[in-house]
Amino acid sequence: MSQQTILYDAPGPRARRITLIGSIVAGALILVGAYFLVYRPLDKRGEFTMDKWGPLIDPNNEYFGQLWQRIADGFQATLTAAALAVVASLLCGTLLAMARLQLKAMARRRYVGLPTAAALLLRALTVALDWISRIFVEVFRGLPVVITIVFVWLGLPAAGVDLGNLLWYLVLGLVLYNTVVIAEILRSGMEGLPSGQREAADAVGLSTGQTIRMILLPQAFRIMLPALISQLVVVLKDTSLGFIIGYEEILRVTSQIVQFLNNQIQMYVVVGAIYILVNYALSKLAGYVQHRLARGRRARNLNGGGAAPEPAVAPEVAAVPAEPTDRA
Amino acid sequence: MRTTRLAATFGALAMVLAAAACGGDDDSSDEGGAGSVSFPAGTTMAKLNQAQKLRVGTKFDQPGFGLKGLSGKPEGFDVEIAKIVADGLGIPEDKIEYTETPSTVREQVIQQDKVDIVVATYTINDKRKQVIDFAGPYYIAGQAIMVKKDDNSITGPDSFKDGTKKVCTVTNSTPAANIEQYLANKDQQLVLFDIYQKCVDALKGGQVDAVTTDNVILTGFIATNEDQFKLAGETFTEEPYGIGLKKGDDKFRDFINDQLEESFQDGSYLEAWKSTAGKYDPNDPKIPTVDRY
Amino acid sequence: MSAVFDNLDVFLGGFWLTLQLCFLSAIGALFVGTIVAVMRISPVPPLRAIGTAYVTVFRNIPLTIVFFFSAFGLPALGSNADFLRIPVVDTIFSRMGIDLPYFRFAIIALSLYTGAFVCEALRSGINAVPAGQAEAARAIGLTFGQNLRHVVLPQAWKAAVVPLGSVIIAMIKNSALAGFFGVVGDLSNSGYALITVNGEPTIPIMIGISLGFLIMTVPLGVLLDRIEKRRAVAR
Repeated sequence: MSQQTILYDAPGPRARRITLIGSIVAGALILVGAYFLVYRPLDKRGEFTMDKWGPLIDPNNEYFGQLWQRIADGFQATLTAAALAVVASLLCGTLLAMARLQLKAMARRRYVGLPTAAALLLRALTVALDWISRIFVEVFRGLPVVITIVFVWLGLPAAGVDLGNLLWYLVLGLVLYNTVVIAEILRSGMEGLPSGQREAADAVGLSTGQTIRMILLPQAFRIMLPALISQLVVVLKDTSLGFIIGYEEILRVTSQIVQFLNNQIQMYVVVGAIYILVNYALSKLAGYVQHRLARGRRARNLNGGGAAPEPAVAPEVAAVPAEPTDRA
Repeated sequence: MRTTRLAATFGALAMVLAAAACGGDDDSSDEGGAGSVSFPAGTTMAKLNQAQKLRVGTKFDQPGFGLKGLSGKPEGFDVEIAKIVADGLGIPEDKIEYTETPSTVREQVIQQDKVDIVVATYTINDKRKQVIDFAGPYYIAGQAIMVKKDDNSITGPDSFKDGTKKVCTVTNSTPAANIEQYLANKDQQLVLFDIYQKCVDALKGGQVDAVTTDNVILTGFIATNEDQFKLAGETFTEEPYGIGLKKGDDKFRDFINDQLEESFQDGSYLEAWKSTAGKYDPNDPKIPTVDRY
Repeated sequence: MSAVFDNLDVFLGGFWLTLQLCFLSAIGALFVGTIVAVMRISPVPPLRAIGTAYVTVFRNIPLTIVFFFSAFGLPALGSNADFLRIPVVDTIFSRMGIDLPYFRFAIIALSLYTGAFVCEALRSGINAVPAGQAEAARAIGLTFGQNLRHVVLPQAWKAAVVPLGSVIIAMIKNSALAGFFGVVGDLSNSGYALITVNGEPTIPIMIGISLGFLIMTVPLGVLLDRIEKRRAVAR
């Protein structure tokens, strides 16, 4: 992390010594504090006994096999829902982004060749569709995913639609939300492209649809790939909300298991660790992809077209754009 | 730790008993297998017997009644009752298909014909009778209150009326609706979680003063957490649990009622009870009178 | 929609509680996030490591699990989060001062979780400050603290407003989970109970809940878009 030094001078021997001593003292204090404030109370409650940990870590424990079998099943259910949701949201999100750009372009058209009535009708139609898509985006971006999922789960059957499996309610709930997020990521990617791209496409006589499909979308995907991968992490985390409608993903399984083994804290520690590992790997992948892309871009695109000023600290932060990721 | 070892033995015991119960059921289903029982053509019983499959809606998170076990199969009194019905239909118990039916969807799954019967701590009431029919009741539940062993300040639901005592139960449940009437200030007195285990933890930690739900569930927790909890006062509600089925299928309803009465007589009902919900209850349940409305 | 108007008091109460929760958690998250951000860019390597570890953990774990540890881990450590019963504040936000600790636990969970995202938003803001600014500050002899306080942070805040806003919107939405961890009477859960317990019709009630959240999130989102656009033009 060489760029760290932009904010401060490289520490000299004295500063390094102070840091070292300070760290050791602070570390010791933290250890003592942790012993009295964390270890002792937990130990008193018996949270470290093999009774509670055995089923999770001791292969000879009578529940070990069953327990991990169920955890594996639960995690598989989590991954299934997440994968389906990601694929479907990517498809729908791309379509929605294309539709919104297309509508925007159509709203500017005047339809000169057509009779006035038809032209007006067409324009009214595009404007209406434009508004509907905009409201759709605002509504589903502004709603908690939990609410969307519960809404789908309770609302669809009430309206007479039956999806059969709980999985589909969860997936649909996740897709509704992530579709608009992905659509917005792609749209901002397409709109952020240098205007020369679009003008050049117009100049060679491509239609709006062709411009979007052949010029803008491929570039937007490329630029936004890290943001899209980060969205994967969000979907995977949000799959855990399936427990609210009773979908047997890993957290739901956990809450069933603890009713037998009475080891809530231990189970959640393990499940939390699994989540962190998987999501961390995904984030790393996002960072790697970003790194590769950045290198590729720098080589070809020297002027950078309005590139951001050189960052003061840790450029890899930008690898995971805060906005789309955080709107989970 | 004592309590967990007990819980573990409890689990093991449950499995042994379940296995024993399975054995028994298998025997009887051999006697009355698909070949030997016959039903009038065109009835639901004949159809199910033909198909050799019974679709049962139950709960997967109700200790003692229907709780999905470590094996991934639901266990509990409701499950045993479903086995009794299946047995009568000449369907072996491994041919029962369990679907989770939380309280919110029970009527819906019956109306949409996604399950044949619902046995899911399903209180019989007139509002529900308008859209589905009930066989039974097979059990009369009563809500009670559990407190810490040394707490004598709570004696019954009325103790919550002064607005200081805090009580925990599970979300979207009848116990929650029942206790709410006794609370002076819901915001400061009521805590809701998705499972009872969390309520028990909160009671242990002192965040709440009491846990309320069906007395049998509470008895189970008192037994598995030795010397920590006790019941405060008597049960204060009566919830007759019935078996939900499609509205208007009177022949099927009569058949299930016959099955239940037979099980009351031949002891299989009591056996089912003792191996599941009644494990820690020294008293046998009051055998209910089937309501053939 | 009559089901919504009949239960308007439930919705208003829930809305108010959710609003309180969001307001308090937003303050908590900004507080936590700023500390972690400073740790992550500080000259002390162990602090940087702690900050990085914090962000890694909280960004990759589902909020549900954070809520669980707040609501059951803290009591296991023997704490009811009584330090949040701040004298004057708890008379305004009455839920903070009551015996039931779950509202306080929810604030802690939301603050800790959102704090990681706030930290990243702040860092992206600091990123946008041209390197020459920090270098010039160093050249005239400012220390790390002075550099941050007088030069980098004031400029970083501006660039961080939009990502921070997104983080807060996300937090408002995330607060819907509190109702599943012992907070009784928030917008999502009290509405939900109207359906499942009182048997009110599903769709109108769900629309009511949705409106409650949209009232909080959409204006904020529109405002952010405005700021973003104006920035884009200015640049």
